Amino acid sequence: MNAASVLDGGLGLAQGALVLAMALAAWRMLRGPRAQDRILGLDTLYLNGMLAIVVHGMRTGSGLYFEAALIIGMIGFTATVALAKFLMQGEVIQ
Amino acid sequence: MTGADLPLWAAWLVSVLAVTGAAFSLTGAIGLVRLKTFYERVHAPTLGATLGMALILCGSMLLLSMLEGRLVLRDALIGLFLTVTTPVTLLLLARAAAHRDRHEGNPDAPPKP
Amino acid sequence: MRAALPYPLLSAALALTWLLLNAPPTPGQLVLALLVGLAIPHVMRALRPRSVRLRAPGRLARLGIIVLYDMLRSNIDVARVILGLRRGTRRTGFVAIPLDLREPFGITILAIILTATPGTLWVQYDSDTGRLLMHVLDLTDGDAWVRRVKDRYERPLMEIFA
Repeated sequence: MNAASVLDGGLGLAQGALVLAMALAAWRMLRGPRAQDRILGLDTLYLNGMLAIVVHGMRTGSGLYFEAALIIGMIGFTATVALAKFLMQGEVIQ
Repeated sequence: MTGADLPLWAAWLVSVLAVTGAAFSLTGAIGLVRLKTFYERVHAPTLGATLGMALILCGSMLLLSMLEGRLVLRDALIGLFLTVTTPVTLLLLARAAAHRDRHEGNPDAPPKP
Repeated sequence: MRAALPYPLLSAALALTWLLLNAPPTPGQLVLALLVGLAIPHVMRALRPRSVRLRAPGRLARLGIIVLYDMLRSNIDVARVILGLRRGTRRTGFVAIPLDLREPFGITILAIILTATPGTLWVQYDSDTGRLLMHVLDLTDGDAWVRRVKDRYERPLMEIFA
């Protein structure tokens, strides 16, 4: 067992788990039953997608994916806050 | 292929960190599917946003530091950002849900504080 | 001094963030980080953030360690609940906690702590009565949760923020 194959196997396993988590979150987002469940599903989808990108960056060994992960995290935050505000008041910007 | 010149212990450590973190994140997503009510389900994604995220980012920082031969700490910024934002989203979502449930007179609606 | 650096902590944090994003630091990046740290806080003035008075920085570090430990433990607890490994019946529900903490920053940090810890969720805070409504995933003993929040988090926060 050399280092590269250990790393490849471990990171591949982590990526698989995160993709499965994304699928489960997407199921909750499509299934509902209520709007707040869908938003929660979307938030989890964003979070796991961001982590999957970080792991992908580790697998390729490049730092390029860091910016993508950071931006996905920021957009996910803004989207969830806007949707939650919309649920509460029926409008995003007062 | 990355990591060919990495010491074996570091490869194992990074793999274990990433797999454990991903497992916690997956457990959170399973909870999102398995738990019965909305207020129970809100707790589930926190798993991925705290320990899952921290373990994966630690693995990433360790790996990139070893590969580049210097201290790479910028992944900690993602951790800092997520730690500050996740409570805000969950808090707002819980308040929105409480507001809607009370408005509709649901039996599950939270009592007034 | 106050005119050039209205928020010294914010300046330091911004400069450090710039250096982390643009690692490894070169002389040019150091100059840019310095400029960012000096310029951006002046934009913040328009928002008029309240100044924070930290009375006991040592207690802050101790609170941080307590929170990290609780976060680790409750991650494992919630994972056990989700995977069905927890024995016995589980009750879930809302707990109302009367808070004595009134400092806005202290309350913000308490909200972040409680929401970021899996298993507890801050639902609503009434600033008139000072009562907090919290949802707990594993509610076996409601009074124990009230004591836990008050002893472990609220008291140190009240000592830290005067």
